[in-house]
Amino acid sequence: MSTEVAEVEVVEKKSEPLFSKKNRKLISNPLDIDNPITVQVLGICSALAITSQIKPAIVMTLGLTFVTAFSNVFISLLRNTIPSRIRIIVQLAVVSVWVIMVDQLLKAYVYDMAKLMSVYVGLIITNCIVMGRLEAYAMGNKPWPSFLDGLGNGLGYGVILIILAFVRELFGGGTLFKGLPFEWHVFESMGIKYQGNGLLLLPAGACILLGVIIWVQRTLNGYRESH
Amino acid sequence: MENLVSIGIRSIFIDNMIFAYFLGMCSFLAISKKVKTAIGLGIAVVFVLGVTVPINWLIQNYVLNAGALAWLGPDFANIDLNFLQFIVFISVIAAIVQLTEMAVEKFSPALYGTLGIFLPLIAVNCSVLGAALFMVGRPYNLAEATVFGFGSGIGWMLAIVALAGVREKMKYSNVPAPLRGLGITFILVGLMSLGFLSFLGFSL
Repeated sequence: MSTEVAEVEVVEKKSEPLFSKKNRKLISNPLDIDNPITVQVLGICSALAITSQIKPAIVMTLGLTFVTAFSNVFISLLRNTIPSRIRIIVQLAVVSVWVIMVDQLLKAYVYDMAKLMSVYVGLIITNCIVMGRLEAYAMGNKPWPSFLDGLGNGLGYGVILIILAFVRELFGGGTLFKGLPFEWHVFESMGIKYQGNGLLLLPAGACILLGVIIWVQRTLNGYRESH
Repeated sequence: MENLVSIGIRSIFIDNMIFAYFLGMCSFLAISKKVKTAIGLGIAVVFVLGVTVPINWLIQNYVLNAGALAWLGPDFANIDLNFLQFIVFISVIAAIVQLTEMAVEKFSPALYGTLGIFLPLIAVNCSVLGAALFMVGRPYNLAEATVFGFGSGIGWMLAIVALAGVREKMKYSNVPAPLRGLGITFILVGLMSLGFLSFLGFSL
């Protein structure tokens, strides 16, 4: 009897390599066909609110990826001990610990950035991507795949954020990478007098732009939604 | 009093949670397919915002702020608990939502049937935490914070009901297939947000 059990364990322990095909999919899928923003419709608030320039978009991506990946690991480690009735509160507590760390780090090292992003750092707690991945993935999977899943979804979110910020900053303000060392005044350097398109810097412009990005992406990958 | 009215109108129309700050977009997009469910969720959000913002105001001003604990005695006057803000606020919100859910379930099973599935979702609605964090950044007193909470909730409800109304009609239009669903909804929200920009001209 005991030998049988041991055998079963051996079969299970024939673990896959760290970057097996399945694990690599966890990172690559959210970048396109399972994108958190354009397909799963999660985490829209910050995607629209902080993408008027590229710099805050990059900082937000790093913050969110960090929080999603490590919250996923923690919840995955705790997944068998959390009673399902109070799991939302447990998840929120774990997530807010990581968000507090991100917030304190930003305030300590890049204070003006933290001021610019104001409440949106704190709102990573209620960013649906974090909660959504905890519910959908980390509650039922092992820590390492959960970490990769968090990483992938954070990056998938970042891709859309940076595309949005790129278009909005370029056509809205006429600059690229404003506030970074390699700031580039695109139109000035080409000798064109450019009047920034104010609509793109408004929330309304961001919404319409995201609608168009979704349209392009779905035309390319063939994803369709019924009414 | 005049001040309260001005804060109320400002938070409903000018600083609308959806159209000016994009807070609470996830449930806004997911649950705006039917007007009836949109109204149900809207009422629940108004209630939760109206209750949690003043409670969080009390916590911020009597517990978390630097020196706020002075009422416990002079030894506590130097404590600054602001770094705990996020975790305290979100716990308060989650607890209130849970309490609301239990109270509604006990006292009005009919309403619970309509709202049941939406109630737990409100805990992770960004507009609730967002309103609490905005409230901290502005010099409101308790009455103003309460009005701000209710106003933000009503503004959110207005937005989701309006979008649900438009989306119900959208079923009859011929939208290009890749744009159907999410894509066209975003463009709609953008256009509605443009409309709400006209309130910016109001001086209160």
